[in-house]
Amino acid sequence: MDIKIPENELEMIEGSDLLKRVLELKKSGFRFSQANAALIDGNFELSYSFSDYETYGLHTLRIVTDTEQEIPSITQIVPAAVFYENEMKELYGVKIKMIDLDYRDKLYRIRQTAPMGKQKTEE
Amino acid sequence: MGKRSVIPFGPQHPVLPEPIHIDLVVEDEKVVEAVPSIGFVHRGLESLAEKKDFNQLVYVAERTCGICSFQHGMGYCEAVEHIMGLEVPRRAKFLRTIWAELSRIHSHLLWLGLLADGFGFENLFYQCWRIREKILDLHELTAGGRLIFSVNKVGGVIKDIEGDKLDTILSTLDEVDDELRVIRSVFFEDRTVLSRLKGVGILSKEQINDLGAVGPFARASGVRVDMRMLGYAAYDELSFVPIVSNDGDCYARCFIRMMELFQSIKLIREAIGKIPAEKDLEVPVKGNPDGEYFMRLEQPRGEAFYYVKASGKPILDRMRIRTPTFANIPALCEMLKNTEIADVGLLVLTIDPCVSCTER
Repeated sequence: MDIKIPENELEMIEGSDLLKRVLELKKSGFRFSQANAALIDGNFELSYSFSDYETYGLHTLRIVTDTEQEIPSITQIVPAAVFYENEMKELYGVKIKMIDLDYRDKLYRIRQTAPMGKQKTEE
Repeated sequence: MGKRSVIPFGPQHPVLPEPIHIDLVVEDEKVVEAVPSIGFVHRGLESLAEKKDFNQLVYVAERTCGICSFQHGMGYCEAVEHIMGLEVPRRAKFLRTIWAELSRIHSHLLWLGLLADGFGFENLFYQCWRIREKILDLHELTAGGRLIFSVNKVGGVIKDIEGDKLDTILSTLDEVDDELRVIRSVFFEDRTVLSRLKGVGILSKEQINDLGAVGPFARASGVRVDMRMLGYAAYDELSFVPIVSNDGDCYARCFIRMMELFQSIKLIREAIGKIPAEKDLEVPVKGNPDGEYFMRLEQPRGEAFYYVKASGKPILDRMRIRTPTFANIPALCEMLKNTEIADVGLLVLTIDPCVSCTER
C-alpha cells in the first residue's frame, strides 16, 4: 500500500474553547470519532477525537478540568457525540450541559451512579 | 395520524443473542422513533484495566468479545508497543495479519448465517455456518483455541504457524473460496433474499458521517474508509483497497461483507506468500509503558479504538475501548425511523451488532 499516515495529534484546550475548535475541525473536513473521560489525579481528562478519512489523520482535543466544572455539549455540532457524552456523564459523572438527547442516566441500565468517577476514588 | 404507542424491542429477542433494549415508538406499523439503552451485562473491563499489570491486560482485552477476540488483543498490544517503542519482528506481524483475517472470515460468515436466519432462509444459515466451521478448525490448528486464541503478547506473538500448517490454511481456503462462490450467488441473485434486502433501511453517506457509523455499515453507504489502510501489523506490505458500495441499503451491507470474505482470503494468501522465514516472534519488553496512544484498527464490524495511557508504572492510568457497535448504534436508531415493525429485526442485524463488545 502506498499511503503516508500522519502522526496522531493531541491539542490541549480550555473547556471554553471546545465548541469553537470542534466547529473548526468539522468545517475543515474532520469527522467525529470518539470521546472519552479519564480520572487522573482527581481531575477529569476529556478527549474528543476527530478523524480525517482522506488522510487517515487523527486529531484529539484534550481538556483537563476539575470534577465540578461544567462542560458544554458538542452534540449541536456533532450529533454522533450523543452516546459518548451520555456515557461520560453516566459512568464518570462528568457534568455536561445541554446534551441534545440527554438519556438522564438511562443509557446504561446500571445500579451505581458514576461507577468510574469520583466515587470510585473515594472507595 | 395513527395512535402512538411504545413497543419494547429486547433485551431478549430472537434476533439478539445478547441483550440490548430499544424502545420503539410506533404509529400503526411504522416506527417513528427508536431509543436505545445498554448496560444489562456491563462488565467494567476498562475499570479492571486500572487494577491489573499491563501484560495481564492482553487476556482481558481478548475477552472483550468472543468473535473478534484476536483483534482486541492485537489492538491493545499494538497500542502498548507504540508507547514503548517496540518494533515487533516481521514474522510476528504477518502472523497477526493472518489470524486477524481468519477471524474476519469467521465473523462475516457468522453474520451471513444470522442474516439468513433472520429472513427465514434456514438452509442458507446452515451452509454459512458449515463453511465457518472450517475456519474455526484452522483457528484450533494454528492457535489451539477456536474463538479465543491467546497468542498475542506485548512485543509479538507466542506461537508460530509452521510450514505444513500454512499449507493446510491455503488448501482449506481453496475449499472455502469454492463454497463461498455458491452461497454468494444465493445472496446476490435469489428473489426471496433480494425482496427482503433491496431498498430496505437506506442511509446516505451524509447521515453515516453525521452519526459516526463505521466499518462495513459505513462502507455500504459510500464512506471509503478502512483502518487497515493505516498499515498496522503487516497490512503495509499487502495490496489492499477498501470495498465500497453506494446503495446504503441492507443488500449493500450484505454485499460488502460477502466481498470482504474473498478479500480476506486474498490477503491471507498474499501474507503466506510473503511471510519471512526468520523465526523471531517477539522482542523483549523492558520497563513499563510511559505515554499515551490512540490505536485504531479495523475489526470485522469496523473501526475500533484502543486508547492507552500510562505513567511508567506496571498498572495503566486508563485503557479505553471504543468498539464499532457502540459507534454504530446512533445510526441504527436513525435507520429504524420510518421503517415497518416487521423489518426492525433484520435492520438491527444488518449493523452486525456485538453487544458483548459494547458492554466492555
